[in-house]
Amino acid sequence: MRNHRWLLALVACAALATPFASRAQQPHYGGELTFPVPSEPPSYDGHREETFGLIHPIAPFYNTLLRVDPNDKSGTTPYPSLAESWTVSPDGKTYTFKIRAGVKFHDGSEMTSKDIKASYDHIIFPPPGVGSSRKGQYSDVESVEAPNATTVVFKLKHTSGSFIASLLSPYNFIYKADILAKDPHWYETHIMGTGPFIFVEHVKGSHLVGKKNPNYWDKGKPYLDGFRAIFIRDSAAQVAAVRGERAQIQFRGFTPKDRDNLKAALGDKITVQESPWDCILMVGINHRLKPFDDKRVRRALTLALDRWEASKALSQIAIVKEVAGVQVPGTPFATPPEELAKLAGYGHDIGKSRAEARRLLKEAGVPEGFSFTFTNRGTPMPYEPLGVWLIDSWRKIGLNVTQKVVESAAYFPTIRKGDQQVHMDFQCGYIVQPDLDMYKFLSVSRNPANYGFYEDPVLDKLYDQQSQTTSIDERKKLIREFEKRVLDEEAHYLMTLQWHRIIPASSRLHGWTITPSHYLNNTLDTVWLSP
Amino acid sequence: MGRYIVKRLLAMIPTLIGVAVLIFLLLRVIPGDVVEARYMTQGSQFQSQELMDIERHKLGLDQPLWRQFTSWMGGLALLDFGTSMWTDAPITQEIKLRFALSLQLALMASTIATCLAIPLGILAAFKQDTWVDYAVRVFSITGLATPSFWLGSLMILGMLIIFKWVPPMVFTPLWVNPWDNLAQLIWPALAVGYRYCAVGTRMMRSTMLEVLREDYIRTARAKGLWTKLILTRHALKNAILPVLTVISTEFAFLLGGLVVTEQVFNLNGLGMLFVEGISHRDYTMIQALVLLVATTFLFVNFVVDIAYGWLDPRIHYR
Amino acid sequence: MAAAPHTVDELGHATEPSGWLATVGRFVRRRPLGAVGGALILLTAFLAATAHWIAPYDPVANDYAAMLSAPGAGHWLGTDAFGRDVLSRIIYGTRTAMTVGLGASFIGATLGSLIGVSSAYFGGRTDLIVQRVMDVFFAFPVIILALAVVAILGTGAGNVILAIATPMVPRCARVVRSAALTVREMPYVDAARASGFGHRRIILRHMLPNVMAPILIMATAFLGEAILLEASLSFLGLGVQEPTAAWGLMLRGAAVEFAETAPWMAIFPGLAISLAVFGFNLFGDSLRDALDPRLRSH
Repeated sequence: MRNHRWLLALVACAALATPFASRAQQPHYGGELTFPVPSEPPSYDGHREETFGLIHPIAPFYNTLLRVDPNDKSGTTPYPSLAESWTVSPDGKTYTFKIRAGVKFHDGSEMTSKDIKASYDHIIFPPPGVGSSRKGQYSDVESVEAPNATTVVFKLKHTSGSFIASLLSPYNFIYKADILAKDPHWYETHIMGTGPFIFVEHVKGSHLVGKKNPNYWDKGKPYLDGFRAIFIRDSAAQVAAVRGERAQIQFRGFTPKDRDNLKAALGDKITVQESPWDCILMVGINHRLKPFDDKRVRRALTLALDRWEASKALSQIAIVKEVAGVQVPGTPFATPPEELAKLAGYGHDIGKSRAEARRLLKEAGVPEGFSFTFTNRGTPMPYEPLGVWLIDSWRKIGLNVTQKVVESAAYFPTIRKGDQQVHMDFQCGYIVQPDLDMYKFLSVSRNPANYGFYEDPVLDKLYDQQSQTTSIDERKKLIREFEKRVLDEEAHYLMTLQWHRIIPASSRLHGWTITPSHYLNNTLDTVWLSP
Repeated sequence: MGRYIVKRLLAMIPTLIGVAVLIFLLLRVIPGDVVEARYMTQGSQFQSQELMDIERHKLGLDQPLWRQFTSWMGGLALLDFGTSMWTDAPITQEIKLRFALSLQLALMASTIATCLAIPLGILAAFKQDTWVDYAVRVFSITGLATPSFWLGSLMILGMLIIFKWVPPMVFTPLWVNPWDNLAQLIWPALAVGYRYCAVGTRMMRSTMLEVLREDYIRTARAKGLWTKLILTRHALKNAILPVLTVISTEFAFLLGGLVVTEQVFNLNGLGMLFVEGISHRDYTMIQALVLLVATTFLFVNFVVDIAYGWLDPRIHYR
Repeated sequence: MAAAPHTVDELGHATEPSGWLATVGRFVRRRPLGAVGGALILLTAFLAATAHWIAPYDPVANDYAAMLSAPGAGHWLGTDAFGRDVLSRIIYGTRTAMTVGLGASFIGATLGSLIGVSSAYFGGRTDLIVQRVMDVFFAFPVIILALAVVAILGTGAGNVILAIATPMVPRCARVVRSAALTVREMPYVDAARASGFGHRRIILRHMLPNVMAPILIMATAFLGEAILLEASLSFLGLGVQEPTAAWGLMLRGAAVEFAETAPWMAIFPGLAISLAVFGFNLFGDSLRDALDPRLRSH
């Protein structure tokens, strides 16, 4: 109560001091942010884990070398964090970072370039017996050096158009070198970072609490007194938490219906941010099984889909919306809609497409009423609605499809065996970046996670070319070509709809911008709550 | 009696070993393991076999099955329940809070069930084949027939729409804040208790009917309800025993089996931990949980048996 | 009330001269609740058998123009998130419910009674071992057993039937065994043994028919339970899969999310489950009263 009165006084002072400034722009100090997290972090080690369940509650305790600009809605602009600035050598193979001075770990010790080198070594060159989840992403890094306390140098084996983007990974927490040297597993069960918040407690199966770091290097931040992450598995309960005003936001995303319900119930007390989401479900087709080795059959499967109608209908009931190719719509390398409409299965005349699909099936010798099994993953949203949509669409070109749903954790082990005919595959990135997004489609000899099991050297070559080119226009052209080959000519994979991220938050919450990735922008240093 | 108790306790051991073997094997037959669950379910394409091998070695998953089993059993013999494969934290620490929640919920639900079942069952038996009997039976069978997750969803939605109120999201132990604690747990306890009260009511009714059929009570038939109640008082004790058996047997299942109810009411109890454990392929966790529930089940049965002997002089244990 | 003690054994002596129809008539008169249950079962069975004639719509055809329509002239019980007719899906859902219910309770009761009768018949060491194994399954939480079976075998109606039947086996076996223990001592079993009949024949021909009452009661109880358990499994996403029409599935995901704006999606399938299970339990209860008032199984 006393605290509350203090807040009121502060607001009054702020209002008096700046009578003409917009109140909404004036960050307000204090308050605890409460947000539900749909899954609990398995360990605290960002270098090891792969889940947003770690990012949402743990990221506020750490800093990374670089971060994504917290105000950039596309989530692609690099922004300084522990590195103040950087330069690239003329040959494009040496990156030099100037490290911020005066940054302290929560235990009071100084953070230097030594800690950054140790952290990146832990990720890229882990000692024997230590697993690193992102080692493969940095296979082009030759070495990381720390010539002095404020300089870190990355040497690459060859030029790369996406190296800086890969340093924006929200998982690459900077750890303390001394601790890593003593015990490389220490960070799995402990927390010690430089971030805007300090760890208070984690009650297993319940919640995790952080409090403000008063000595944070970015003076004036953070605004919040602390945060409380509450682990709530059930999505209805998460929505209820926001609706009952027991929480201000959930950072992963809600469904369109949840948004509408919240808006209807709370009106102006809810502000909604939306964005295309860098996740997409696609249909993998097993090239090793007949008749799916025939590209006419695969094209028929994509031609049967009315993506534009689905975009309208399914966006009301599932977390999908935009019609997409191989890049998130609206991002720099994405194909514009009018051009996308030229691809097979992306046309606006569905009658024509389906007639073409039936013709192709007939030509390929697939009889009317042909039955096959569609293997889907036992995750409700959005696998389930998209599965229902796909099966219904294929029925419309005379195919009889039964759905086999495999429990979520058994899914990939099952799919890898390769007995399935047609299945749902999944791709999700922490940042929109062609190299990451298109890797999935490479030949199975290069990418074992290609569960269509095809070899396509032409496609692989296009990938390498776009990855190494430094000209943006050239890269766009190559990506277009790649897209046409994988989705239309060869129809190796079929895209469903791009996920759509919807974040309804309390209107009291400010300073947070949605991005296409639910892994980004969760440091909470810029977030504040109005009284 | 003392020898009987020891004999019964010892007899639990082979059953528990059987449960342990069964769950151990079942888990290894389910496709996928904790390492897969950790690295392969996010759709990531960059995972190397090397990483998987390192992690499997760390968890001892690369060892032969018999060795994994004996090391688990060895730990148990020293009362060491091991650490969770998913979080690396000691299992006792992971279970502690959830166990408190589940235990309290099971106790509350059982209490509600018992308090409703005994009077309702007696009433129905006394008024057999009248509208009272029918009403009680319809009430109790409705409880059995209504999916508790559906009932739960309707309850939550009703509270949200009518009172604009949601139960607290986080479990607070009773001794920390009784109000918050009850505000969260009373709803699931009612939803579950209703269902189990139905089971108890039916049992109470039929055992009571048996008692009523005994000759000396039949002869008192003409003398009205009150007399009959007094006459049955002694017999009542025997009639209640089976009801208590049923409810206490269900109690053990309540402890670990409320998977769906916990989901609907967003309770982080043992049932939810089961589901999470399965989806993470957290072998050690599931094994510990199954053993915990099985032990509780056997122990409750044992206590009920002992109670029988104590309450019913006709039964003698050797 | 006055007649209570006399009616109890009525169906137990159902071989009275009046015949089949009269027995039914008497059952309806004496046990009106059981009759209501029986009627509900018949209705469910009728809907399941004639679903393809009486359902107004194709239960799996999406119609995006009719998404989430409220109950009205076109769709009596409204439509779901894909524009599918809720009534048609409920009608087709009776098929799933009946298939899973009958399948699971048949497998559970058959296996359980065979094990129970054999265990009682052979006695001694066999009985002891069987009892210990049953104890193990008994101590296993039902839903965990079902979860494990589904995780191993995968989802789909067939596997769900197995998953639900598995925990029923030991329960049935225990009840049937205790009934069979008394039957074993009957003179006709001794006589059969003395005439040199094989074990199989004695178990199947002489013992099993004499423990039919508890088996029937267990099976009816299982039916309702199986329907409920199937709904729970489907609700968890471990049961029957889309686009198949199944009640539990209809309550899953979208139904919760849309419960406020489209309550028909959540209410009607829930009612269907309740009514069907209610019917089976009501009937089963009366059957139990009629066949064996002393049987304490539930």
